[in-house]
Amino acid sequence: MGSIFNRQPAVVSGPKKETDFFEFLPEDFTLRGGADVTRIDRNFASQNYWVEVRHRFFSNKGAVFSLILVIIIALLAAFGPLMAGYSYSNQNLVQRNFAPRIPGLESIGIFKGDESLQTTTGTKLINGYKEKGLTDVYYWFGSDVLGRDIWTRVWEGTRVSLGIALCAAIIDMIIGMSYGLISGYFGGKVDSIMCRIAEIINGIPRLVIVTLLMLILPRGFVTIVFALMITEWIGMSRIARAEMLKLKEQEFVLASRTLGAKDFFIIFKEILPNTIGQIITQLMFSIPTAIFTEAFLSFVGLGIPVPMCSLGSLISDAFNSFTTHPYQIVPPILVLAFLMLCFNMLADGLREAFDPKLKEM
Amino acid sequence: MRALCMLCQKREEERDDVKKYILKRVLISIFTLLAITLVLFILLQLMPGSPFNDEKLSATQKAALNAKYGLDQPIVVQFAKYVYNMFSGNFGVSYNISKNTPISQLIASRLPISIAVGGMAVSLGAIIGLLLGIAAALKHNTFWDTFCTIISVLGVSVPSYVFALGLSYTFGFKLSWLPMLYQNGSPFASSIMPSVALSLFTLASIARFTRTEMLEVLGSDYMLLAESKGISGGPLIVRHALRNSLIPIITVLAPLIVDLMTGSLVVEKIFSIPGVGSLLVTAIQSNDYSVVIALSFIYSAMYIGIMLVVDILYGVIDPRIRLAKESDS
Repeated sequence: MGSIFNRQPAVVSGPKKETDFFEFLPEDFTLRGGADVTRIDRNFASQNYWVEVRHRFFSNKGAVFSLILVIIIALLAAFGPLMAGYSYSNQNLVQRNFAPRIPGLESIGIFKGDESLQTTTGTKLINGYKEKGLTDVYYWFGSDVLGRDIWTRVWEGTRVSLGIALCAAIIDMIIGMSYGLISGYFGGKVDSIMCRIAEIINGIPRLVIVTLLMLILPRGFVTIVFALMITEWIGMSRIARAEMLKLKEQEFVLASRTLGAKDFFIIFKEILPNTIGQIITQLMFSIPTAIFTEAFLSFVGLGIPVPMCSLGSLISDAFNSFTTHPYQIVPPILVLAFLMLCFNMLADGLREAFDPKLKEM
Repeated sequence: MRALCMLCQKREEERDDVKKYILKRVLISIFTLLAITLVLFILLQLMPGSPFNDEKLSATQKAALNAKYGLDQPIVVQFAKYVYNMFSGNFGVSYNISKNTPISQLIASRLPISIAVGGMAVSLGAIIGLLLGIAAALKHNTFWDTFCTIISVLGVSVPSYVFALGLSYTFGFKLSWLPMLYQNGSPFASSIMPSVALSLFTLASIARFTRTEMLEVLGSDYMLLAESKGISGGPLIVRHALRNSLIPIITVLAPLIVDLMTGSLVVEKIFSIPGVGSLLVTAIQSNDYSVVIALSFIYSAMYIGIMLVVDILYGVIDPRIRLAKESDS
């Protein structure tokens, strides 16, 4: 910064002495000619940052498609359980293991409620609806081992999974962002200690932390969010710290400090808005991780307690009979796979929209 | 002569740098492992119930039992003993899974199977991922490139057990080409499907990373120089492009191996492989705390060991990383 004072005085062009007797006239301060004369580049006018980001995002077909799919899945998760008229926890032991049967489609020969069972005597085609004489009963995705409607349960499970993922991702964002920004801003000893702490927490496998926490805490929504919170903030804090290191030497920070801004004002009001793109991208990436971890926990048996369900617990329940009744495991797996895929593609699209340099790769 | 001396000195300093770097990494790793042991120890204290909660026991008998098992000693001494036991592989006995079997014995018989499956998955993923990434970078913006992108997006976002179930259903159940469940008689045939399912994530990440790195290297000035010197074809790609893009790829291998460990839990359960992962799942489900804690320790130790090796490896290979890490902290 000292270099400013060593510079030569700037050379001003034009007659120097004129300032002594020069008189300003009012028209010196009006625009000469209209706006059409002044040269403004209309073809490539500079645009608002967010307009550009939006433009870049919407020109990425994969990302837009993913966004639409995520919105559809979210809407189904919100309203799907109400559509079929079943409750997610009501058991109907008479109507167990019914194959999918959908009103309009059964007349064209698919989803009639048939399923083929492989027995020792050969393949047998059975239809639970006909056997029990239930002509006006429809399970769109079939019914499970306890006679619960899979359509309702899948969307209920999606709702729980999405809820856990969103809560965890937002909490992680807040913790990781603050930690990283503070660590990067203050630097020196503070940074060193904060980095070591993060490094040690990062050194413990996520699997171990989550497993141990789930063992000592009561199982449920809050515990899973808590377990995810403890492990997932590190990535966010790293990104926030790197951004901070990049930005804190810039002039606008110096200007703000010169005007008397305090540290926390600079961190959260000056620098934070400039890192928002990176942070949103990272948030989007942490949602599929959270969904995956939740599904994994449920599969291992540490997830949401019954009768509540999540995508993971549905998959793990259906796994036990997936060779005899494959239709039970297909819907939750497809929803899970699509969610993870879409969130990843969405995050990729956002990253490219925020940082167009990456696109050249 | 003087210049030579300076060079020697510089070498000397560099070597000191490497030593310092390695020492720092090792210390942090040991500290992390100790921190984990402390957490496990605290957990053990927090666990409900006491081994001596029989009402018939009088206070003096309890005191005698406590003295016998060292429970009357100060907590620091207990912790020191605990650390010693953990590090020497003495994890106690299992309570539920197989009564009174030493846990170290349980683990010793299962670890090789897990490592075999995991190793197969890593090598499969690394080799195919590398090839796919190179093909995509060399044939930039063609079919191979798109194919590689699709595979990497799918592999990164679809969980490994979805692949495992799909494989198990098609090749195991419908076609019966491969055993659906692990058979001790034919370990190789039974580990094909689990390794393939596990490897897809590694494959996808490595393919993606290789592609990016290769594209960057291929566009660099020294590649142009090498090409203008008349080097072409295989040697150009292997000796100049690949070698330079390999260094950063090592950095992603460590997190991938760790993801593999998590994935192996579920995949081992699906194929009922008698490995460490399925042991942990069983232990969790049957509340066998001592087994869970022992396995947590082993997983952590393995994880820290892998991270340490990779950190040191790429710190030594590429001085830029070592220096960056130092200026980082």
